[in-house]
Amino acid sequence: MTSWFLRRLLQMLLVIFGVVTLAFVFAYIVPANPARMVAGPQASPQAVASIAHQLGLDRSVWSQYVSFLGRIVHGNLGVSFALQGRTVASEIWIALPYTAVLAVGGILWEIVIGIPAGIIAAYRPRSVVDRFATFGALLGLSAPPFWLGLMLIYFLAYKVSWFPLNGVGHPLIWYMILPSFTLGVGGAAFYSRMVRTTVRQVLRSPFIEFARLKGMPERTILFRHVLRHALTPVITMLGMDLGYCLGGVLIIESIFGIPGVGQLAYSSISTLDVPMITGTVLVAAVFMVFMSFVVDVAYTFIDPRVRLNRGR
Amino acid sequence: MKTPARDVPLKVEGLKVYFRVRRAFGKARAIKAVDDVSFELRSGETLGIAGESGSGKSSVARSLVQLTRPTGGTISLAGAPVTNLTGQRLKRFRRRMQMVYQDPYDSLDPRMSVHDAIGEALSVRGLPKAEHKSEVVQLLERVKLPATVAERYPNQLSGGQRQRVSIARALAVNPEIIICDEAVAALDVSIRAQVLNLLKDIQHDTGVGYLFISHDLSTLRFMADHVAIMYVGRIVEHGTSEEVFSNPQHPYTRALIAAVPSVTSRGHRRLKLSGEPPDPGNPPAGCPFHTRCPEAIDQCRTERPELVTFDGAQTVACHVVQLGRARVAASGETA
Amino acid sequence: MINLPENELNLAFTASEPTVLSQPNFWRRAGRSLLHDPVALCSFAFIALLAVVAIFAPLIAPYDPLRQFSNGLSYVGAPVSPNGHFLLGTDASGRDVLSRLIFGARVSLLVGVVATGLASLIGVVIGTVAGYVGGVTESILMRFTDMVLSFPILLFCVALIAVTGPSTRNVVLVIAFAYWTYLARVVRGQVLSIKEREFVNAARTLGVGHVKIIRKHIIPHLIPTIIVYATLGVATSILIEASLSFLGIGVPLPQASWGEMIYEGQQYFQSAPWLLVAPGVALILTVLAFNLAGDWLTDILDPAVQEMGS
Repeated sequence: MTSWFLRRLLQMLLVIFGVVTLAFVFAYIVPANPARMVAGPQASPQAVASIAHQLGLDRSVWSQYVSFLGRIVHGNLGVSFALQGRTVASEIWIALPYTAVLAVGGILWEIVIGIPAGIIAAYRPRSVVDRFATFGALLGLSAPPFWLGLMLIYFLAYKVSWFPLNGVGHPLIWYMILPSFTLGVGGAAFYSRMVRTTVRQVLRSPFIEFARLKGMPERTILFRHVLRHALTPVITMLGMDLGYCLGGVLIIESIFGIPGVGQLAYSSISTLDVPMITGTVLVAAVFMVFMSFVVDVAYTFIDPRVRLNRGR
Repeated sequence: MKTPARDVPLKVEGLKVYFRVRRAFGKARAIKAVDDVSFELRSGETLGIAGESGSGKSSVARSLVQLTRPTGGTISLAGAPVTNLTGQRLKRFRRRMQMVYQDPYDSLDPRMSVHDAIGEALSVRGLPKAEHKSEVVQLLERVKLPATVAERYPNQLSGGQRQRVSIARALAVNPEIIICDEAVAALDVSIRAQVLNLLKDIQHDTGVGYLFISHDLSTLRFMADHVAIMYVGRIVEHGTSEEVFSNPQHPYTRALIAAVPSVTSRGHRRLKLSGEPPDPGNPPAGCPFHTRCPEAIDQCRTERPELVTFDGAQTVACHVVQLGRARVAASGETA
Repeated sequence: MINLPENELNLAFTASEPTVLSQPNFWRRAGRSLLHDPVALCSFAFIALLAVVAIFAPLIAPYDPLRQFSNGLSYVGAPVSPNGHFLLGTDASGRDVLSRLIFGARVSLLVGVVATGLASLIGVVIGTVAGYVGGVTESILMRFTDMVLSFPILLFCVALIAVTGPSTRNVVLVIAFAYWTYLARVVRGQVLSIKEREFVNAARTLGVGHVKIIRKHIIPHLIPTIIVYATLGVATSILIEASLSFLGIGVPLPQASWGEMIYEGQQYFQSAPWLLVAPGVALILTVLAFNLAGDWLTDILDPAVQEMGS
């Protein structure tokens, strides 16, 4: 167990290291002239040169990389170029709570809609409910979230004023209902399809038949057997899902005017604030790697078979 | 078709196939799938290898055709060592030893017609494409399939037909030895007999040698000239078919034969096998069979018996048998 | 948002045996079953229609998508609602929405198809090599795949575009670079199981070379998976392109991309909702059509799933 845990931990650190390296490559090597990009098209050559020096671009790639790594290890993500004098880390820290609430809300919607829809659809295949759920799921998967968000704002906030138009305020939950719903719809659709497939598989497995023959009440079968199996893949997906939510917040936060990490990333794109872009993406990626590690470890405690099957 | 020279023996000495298995909970350890196995096979003859699943008989087959690299020991064909070949030399060797696989539904690519499957083998032999068609027909004829089968896909054929196609594909490269790894195990009994007869006919015509691997002793009795019985990676009894079937010595062999109703040997104590074979990753000390052997003595639990000549070509690895022979010999002297 | 077949886990872990594509009458039977499935039929018909519209956009569109009509704006300078002249109304610059929508199909399909094609190519090559060769090569390739996969896909694309600069070419490259990972993982899983099958062993013992084994015995078995993932990949790519354009860093400006149209329309959506409805519906229908087509293909190409559905 310990050796497996250590190996998995090492693997996580390796992936994080790779992610950081990849971020470095994209921020410093891929752009032809990062300093010019940072300074903007109107900047004077002196300004560009000074920024190049500030970024350490006049040094060798190797030494840039080493100092980049050194900074990251100390949690220093650099200084924002657009927001004078603010560090990337502190900006992200301020924005994070909003994004966290939004992401958790999104996942709650996913679970609250997706799992029941999937189970009902699986219990009554080809029924009206099933067809409705299946079509709804496909629609949810196909609708661009930014469009869906705008529609929700138009009808539920603008036309009938049930919800605030945008921004944040008190109570925060009130302002988060539409955004988190928009964020969660795609995932809910995905879960409902996945749960439907798994539950259908479980329902035709011999042990369910046996439980029924034994006279076990349908409710007990549902809660003791079906749900347990149906939730296993859902748990696996949760780690990946958080990452999906983190990608989604970029758009959702910009539509609903929520001052979270996504908004930060979005505004840093328009100002080409490279340290900020790199910082937000890096934080998101590291968070995702960490979550998948947590899910893996949690999983091993739930189901020891996984360890053996996954041992690669 | 070229008839291979009669004096091409396959010689296997001290073959070892170990698998390293990494466990979630600990260090890597070796599973000795095949441990110190030696035998010989002459052209035109059939050597049968029998044993339960997990006895290592398939690992022997796979290491012979170099699907898995043997961990140790030597394999030589016509006097030339063929272990550790690479590149072109490996390719050239491969044609000389072919294999017919157990599962007729998996051994032919479902996306390839029979013509293409056999054609692939002909290309390996270097036959120009233009001659493929007539050669395929000839090969199909040899395995008693109509020429129309060439255009079919595997899923349109029965298990027996597929196995015939597999045989034709193996024959396409003119091998000196064909390994049949449970080649008829998946077939219905009536079809099994047809395929076995076909294999015998082919052997008669071409002088090919068979290494016939099966858990089914009645099949082996029908096919094999020599028989080797394997248990947990080792040969425990080896001899001519006649010797082993009519006078089995090792308790394991006796138990196996006793379990086959039609092949029950005359007058021998019947033995019943109980329990499972031990985990090859963690075999018991001494004789690996002692955990299930009704006749085990203390020596069996500590000391591993070696293969010792019993009579004629027959060799047996069993302390009890040796002890019995020693006793007979001793009583003979005193008498 | 990534649309994957819901049996992705099955595909990846057990790699169920795909249908025999080359088996006789396969396409004829597939066609017949398509005729009995109105939803799938509509999806394919819509995709075909979309392709025709995209290819012949200049012939079909009523107006030049970039032309700013003087009668395209009301006397207060607001967009004109749908009428007999402008079937879907005009936008804030007085341009015809329908014409822009038709030309927008070009962008969506082009980006979707090219990006997915590229992603499939990379994914199949890397997945096949990793799965077939194994060992250290596999570890390196799969760890690299894991790393790219750790970035949230949209955020990753946005960051890449931010550093490379928005252009149609970059949008395609960035989407391809994000999506190949999904295919690589699944392909590797399938190759791992295919290469253990007896017919591959049989080819090896015959002395068939590795390249030929991959080409003749492995790639053909991957085709159903590739088709399914490519179809769903087009849907995903179109959505990502729309998202990028919506964020203002997609296909550069004068071109009419659907995401771009929504981006421009959102400022006026309270007074001119048609600016959002038209491109939004076009996007949903297109993505939905590719998703439904992908679903149908999953069913038809993967008997394990097909069995489950009945």
